[in-house]
Amino acid sequence: MGMDRDEIFQKIQGVLVDALGVDEDEVTSEATLMGDLGAESIDFLDIVFRLEKAFGIKVPREELFPAESLLNNPDLVSNGKLTAKGLAELRERVPHTDLSEFEKNPDLSKLADLFTVNAIVTYIDGRLNA
Amino acid sequence: MRWIWIDKFVEFESGRRAVAIKNVTMAEDHLHDHFPGFPVMPECLMIEAMAQTAGILVGEAMNFREKVILAKISKAVFFDYVRPGDSLRIEAEITTMAVEAASTRGTITRGDQTIAEIELMFSHVDRNLAGKKFPEENFVFTGTFTALLRDIALNHKQPVAQPTESG
Repeated sequence: MGMDRDEIFQKIQGVLVDALGVDEDEVTSEATLMGDLGAESIDFLDIVFRLEKAFGIKVPREELFPAESLLNNPDLVSNGKLTAKGLAELRERVPHTDLSEFEKNPDLSKLADLFTVNAIVTYIDGRLNA
Repeated sequence: MRWIWIDKFVEFESGRRAVAIKNVTMAEDHLHDHFPGFPVMPECLMIEAMAQTAGILVGEAMNFREKVILAKISKAVFFDYVRPGDSLRIEAEITTMAVEAASTRGTITRGDQTIAEIELMFSHVDRNLAGKKFPEENFVFTGTFTALLRDIALNHKQPVAQPTESG
């Protein structure tokens, strides 16, 4: 029997406290990594490394943060917003996420809201218990 | 020229761990200002010593093909002042190694006393700043590092990759 969601959340909380230097009570399941917890690009990799150690699994970065690599691609981003091409690419990468709100104003700061603590819990839960 | 802030390596296990020595002396200018009458080594320079030790360890693991830069100080905790006359032992080990980056952890000790615990992340710049132009030569690992590694290679009779010369 694998870990339940609460145990996974607690472990991830510990990972994020170490990786981002935040307090445990800041790491709620709705918290966004960039907006609420102050993560920068190198932190995503740090989180991946620490998750791999904590859970003993290999975590491909683009699987955990499928939208991350879009942020730095000049073809897909213009003036702080995703281009039509960028939106199409995003839809392909996060097929299970509802993007209808985001599509009205595809601002990068809103894209960052997709990276939540809960998204990590869901990903790890899927990996461990699928 | 590169600013070398460690004196020598005393242990070097490729891709795994390295130990360097840094002797702190009153001949170092900064100690006269930090602070007048109370010379202590700035903590940021202890991080620099760890960054050089761990950075060379990470670079050597990739045969110095990648330009390795300090990307993140994940943790830095200090337990005591470092004064002129102190001999610091800087021990670094690789915790994770991936194509685009590496993370390390290490301790700085003086005798049997722990002075600092420092965790760092290094980024391989060419892989993370795709499309940006860099000089052809490896500007991080210049030939100045050669001497540091040559000594340890001779002492241990084991091959240690040499940085490519770039002046």
